[in-house]
Amino acid sequence: MTSESKPYITEEDGVMKVRTCAWSPPGDHPVGCGLILHVKDNKLVKVEGDPDNPVTNGRVCPRCLALDEILYSPERLQSPMRRDRDKRGKDAWEKISWDEAYDLLEEKIRGIWRDYGAETIFTLTGTGRESTLYAPVYGPAICNTCNGASTYAFSGEACYGPRATITNYLLGAGVPEIDWAQYYEDRYDHPGYEVPKYILVWGKDPLYSSPDGFFGHSIIDLMKRGSKIITIDPRLTWLGAHAEYHLQLRPGTDAAVGMGLLRVIIKEDLYDHDFVDKWVYGFDELAAACEEWTPERVQEVSWVDPEQLVGAARAFATNAPSTATWGVALDQSKASTQAAQCFLALCTICGYIDVPGGVTITAPTSFIGKWRYEMSDTISPEMAAKHIVDPDGKYELFNIGAAMGGVQGDTLLNWLEGKWADWEGYYKLRMCWIIGTNPLACMADQPQRWYQAMKDLEFVVAQDIFMTPTIMALADLVLPLSTFAEHEGLVTPNYGRNQHFIGAMNEAVHNPNTKSDLEILIDMGKRMRPELWEDMSTPDEFFDAMLKRTYGYGLDEVKAVPAKMAGYEYRKYEKGLLRPDGEPGFDTTTGLIELSSPVLENYGESPVPYYAEPTYSHISRPDLADEYPLYYTTGGRHISMFHSEHRQAGTTFRRLHPWPLVTINPATAVRYGISDGDWVEVASPLGKMTQKAHVTEEVPEQLIHVEHAWWFPEQDPEAPNLYGVWKANANNLIPHEDVSVTGYGAPYKNGICKIRKVDSLG
Amino acid sequence: MKHAMLINYGLCTGCQTCEVSCLKEKRLDPEEWGIKVQQIGPKKLGDAWEWDYVPVPSRLCDLCEERRAAGKPAACELQCLAKVIEILPLDRIPQRMEELGGSKVTCFMP
Repeated sequence: MTSESKPYITEEDGVMKVRTCAWSPPGDHPVGCGLILHVKDNKLVKVEGDPDNPVTNGRVCPRCLALDEILYSPERLQSPMRRDRDKRGKDAWEKISWDEAYDLLEEKIRGIWRDYGAETIFTLTGTGRESTLYAPVYGPAICNTCNGASTYAFSGEACYGPRATITNYLLGAGVPEIDWAQYYEDRYDHPGYEVPKYILVWGKDPLYSSPDGFFGHSIIDLMKRGSKIITIDPRLTWLGAHAEYHLQLRPGTDAAVGMGLLRVIIKEDLYDHDFVDKWVYGFDELAAACEEWTPERVQEVSWVDPEQLVGAARAFATNAPSTATWGVALDQSKASTQAAQCFLALCTICGYIDVPGGVTITAPTSFIGKWRYEMSDTISPEMAAKHIVDPDGKYELFNIGAAMGGVQGDTLLNWLEGKWADWEGYYKLRMCWIIGTNPLACMADQPQRWYQAMKDLEFVVAQDIFMTPTIMALADLVLPLSTFAEHEGLVTPNYGRNQHFIGAMNEAVHNPNTKSDLEILIDMGKRMRPELWEDMSTPDEFFDAMLKRTYGYGLDEVKAVPAKMAGYEYRKYEKGLLRPDGEPGFDTTTGLIELSSPVLENYGESPVPYYAEPTYSHISRPDLADEYPLYYTTGGRHISMFHSEHRQAGTTFRRLHPWPLVTINPATAVRYGISDGDWVEVASPLGKMTQKAHVTEEVPEQLIHVEHAWWFPEQDPEAPNLYGVWKANANNLIPHEDVSVTGYGAPYKNGICKIRKVDSLG
Repeated sequence: MKHAMLINYGLCTGCQTCEVSCLKEKRLDPEEWGIKVQQIGPKKLGDAWEWDYVPVPSRLCDLCEERRAAGKPAACELQCLAKVIEILPLDRIPQRMEELGGSKVTCFMP
């Protein structure tokens, strides 16, 4: 590579400095943090923050600072490898060339088409990586199957999908985000921008997770400029400790707290009448639904101190503009829809939608959105009719394709387990393509059931940067992925659903052994369905054509700057900028924000929020309360790790955070004879797992917190151990198919448990 | 003029970016450190939670003399997620401490 005529490369003393934007693999969601990669003789020698990036201004997390330890890890996958089907679970891989790998894959797909039909192929993807953009195309445009799109080995699609879908129904827009001046080159100095007076942070710890496109530490930027914080979280986070109000709720009771906040604001007449009169449908129905949720009633259900609840409601409503952000906790309960309705209603009735310092919303946009839709549409109607749905008629929202186009996760496991084997429409699934996901470690509810259900498939192919427990357990062919430092790409914050910029991901280091998700898609697409891929050449030409088609500018314009900022127009609903017909209002059935939702009613759900007690709690299951006296929540993670990435032994990531931690209150620890650093077994009525005790007041006495997505690359890779993936696995505790009537929302973050000290990880 | 490291630790979130920045910039042995984040709390003092992180530079920290000579900020100063580290000439320190609100600000001369 040379710096010749490339605006993103400079050269100094034989070191090439390549500007790029990060997106996993490895490291992060599409926040696209601006980096300068220092490269000498095609080797990454240093990572430095890009001070000219208007979003991150040179700031970098430990994960990207130690990027070299991923690139040059001896454990990194550097060649395609195959393994005999009868050796699944054994470390018996044979290195092969890319051509051999593609030949094998082609032969297997053609064989399955011929012998069983294309519908017997399904794809699995994860959430948050770059593959989010491309994985949905693998099913239709390579495999010609109806069972691809965004399909996850994941109960209740419990990450982002629920929030994206409910926002689509209620607001007719992409996901809402804090207005952190993210759309502007001049950021907080932008004329017309206002600093939010309060930031409500609900079910989220963004300082350490920087989720979906939100640079978490922008909250610190705003605190320096005067913003005050309200947190709603079962844990005391650092942000919660620095908040003016911390609503420390029992996990899973978010809807009760939400209706309590709404009731205070409505009863005390603190809402924005003008906005509600003009732009809201169903306010009276919402008010009636919240009527019974007095602060005392909320406390009874949720543990939240009435003074904190009332204080937070008043502060949020009476200090315009204020803003709010919601986290994955709102997806990870059975009542995710109701909690999300409350969140959106709070932002709406206070008049904070689409105003300076409030909550940004946009119509969803994606540089490949239209193309992706067209590619999905290339399967025949006969094939589309074979899309896997619940034959008993559950989850109609998924069945008619109103959600994200994939197979509902619980339905998929039931299908794989043969629940409907006697049904006339049933067919056996034969092949799986695992694209950038490690479900046995990270997202699969009851992971051993998923393992059993998938281990007898005819053929499994997977792609990743490292060998994972999932690949070791299940795959016959593995393809090595390139990291973001090794390929061309584009970063699209919030996956296009509130996209403040597009960032160029520039190849800094050439790695001939690996390919990107997009390169594999193109290569295999050309082999399997060449008629769809005639015009496709290189990724760069593809990006250029797609950008021009969608935004009217090309790849050069993106590569010329640290981040191609989108700019933002406030109060779009007044100007006809949110609806395709150009009329004022919102892109919903009524043209208004629907706080009582006709769409939800259509899918068998209540149009207004209500409270449903979690399935596993001391209230709903008093018979289990004595045996399982504690509550658990899950999923918080250390900043040095992203989902199930960064667990490799001997790395900076593991040095910063060597072991999975179960957080226990000091009084509880004393009661159970547990000291900081002891191994602790946590058991729910459904399963158990072990992590190391972290004794601290971050959790109340009745609650523990366990980390997610742990495996141990230093351990025996072979089955049944599989890198110790079952040992510390939070998802052992989680029920299968304890989801809402829409098929969205699963209780990954709330349940009951018991704990005991044990000698080792096991 | 001697320089010092001013830290607005009231807003330090303990992200450890400074630790890794320094390890990588100075190519230190991973068992050593040029700066290390100390945690205090969480504990309720009276009615309010106290939970602080304070990065403390070691004797291996030279305030990134070489980088600063080249006109660049120190590695930790540039990359700190909360932007709470500043390397300043000694005579600027008191004024800057005051500008930062006069609370939970400290400075080190490693």
